[in-house]
Amino acid sequence: MSSWIPLWLHKLGSPPTFYRFAGSLRPWAMALALLLGAVGLYGGLVLAPADYQQGDAYRIIFIHVPSAEMSMFIYAAMGAAAFIALVWRIKLAEVVAMESAPIGAAFTFITLVTGSLWGKPMWGTWWTWDARLTSELVLLFLYLGVIGLYHAFEDRRQGARAAAFLAIIGIINVPIVHFSVNWWNTLHQGSTVNIFGKSKMSWDMLWPLLTMMLATKFYYVASLFNRVRTDLLALEGGKDWVRKIAADEARS
Amino acid sequence: MNPTRKRRLTIVVLIVAAAALAVGLGVYALQNNMNYLLTPSQVQSGQAADYKTFRLGGMVKAGSIQRSSDSLKVTFTVVDAGGAMPVEYTGILPDLFRDNQSVIATGHMDGARFVATEVLAKHDETYMPKELKDAMAKAHADKKVGDESAQGDMP
Repeated sequence: MSSWIPLWLHKLGSPPTFYRFAGSLRPWAMALALLLGAVGLYGGLVLAPADYQQGDAYRIIFIHVPSAEMSMFIYAAMGAAAFIALVWRIKLAEVVAMESAPIGAAFTFITLVTGSLWGKPMWGTWWTWDARLTSELVLLFLYLGVIGLYHAFEDRRQGARAAAFLAIIGIINVPIVHFSVNWWNTLHQGSTVNIFGKSKMSWDMLWPLLTMMLATKFYYVASLFNRVRTDLLALEGGKDWVRKIAADEARS
Repeated sequence: MNPTRKRRLTIVVLIVAAAALAVGLGVYALQNNMNYLLTPSQVQSGQAADYKTFRLGGMVKAGSIQRSSDSLKVTFTVVDAGGAMPVEYTGILPDLFRDNQSVIATGHMDGARFVATEVLAKHDETYMPKELKDAMAKAHADKKVGDESAQGDMP
């Protein structure tokens, strides 16, 4: 391996080390996710004022926008892990990529459902084939494709490699989802929250939204670590470190 | 990096680049069909000639909404920066439909008039409390800087 990668990162890539590392970090990530989620939801649903033209119906944004952002964020994370898995054949990267897919698919599904619920009263329709909505639906299908392809193989590592390829090619869709509202005339509005420049939302509405976006990140970490730990145990079933854990569990 | 990894890296990068190029060209070729709507000025310059039905997008001209007294028929004018088009629609309009609202109407041309079968309201990306909006509207009115045409963001 190249010498510029620090030793601790190499160690973290080994299943037993990562299993312990994820186990100690997971409760903290989950606690932060729940805390920030509670604060964000209280701020968004109770403290934030009603919108000048949508009234209270706009409050679905506190679920919709964080989920939509996570649907793309998780895909990017999955794509990066899939790339590492394909080039360096690191087992942990395969597991991270494959276990990200169901979480991302869930966020994408929530995005589509909440958007639809909001679209009916505001736009006047549940669904329309504009560029943003269609590309987000394609994103859901990509996630489902990755999950399906992974499970279609008898050998899990072979399945992970095939699915990683699909994940990497599908990453082309992520910028399309993000920029669709700028590139084409769409029914969907442009971005409200801007990292660079001014967001088009007053601060008393914006802070709960940003809090929710942070909470969903921590939830992803907690959920991913949990799934990866389970998967590592299953994948490394016959190895010594797993036997040791099983023996310790049995004793206590 | 050892040769095997280098080879794998090259293959993966090449495949992703090829796929991105294919998708990019495909999207570029479909550019016109990817557009969800046409604006009144685009329609008047003849871009809608190929379509039997299409979506017309723009802002509802202030004061142009006329409701029929005995049916659900509504007529209004959709405008963009460089054109205007009269629209006729029979049915229930979304909650956000009003003067200066961005709307998207699906339908066909009937002479110079657009007959819509569906009218959707396009929401903008601005969110603010009512008090702030009122305060801004007041400041706006005090300065007499013109109408509220800055509300929508229809291209």
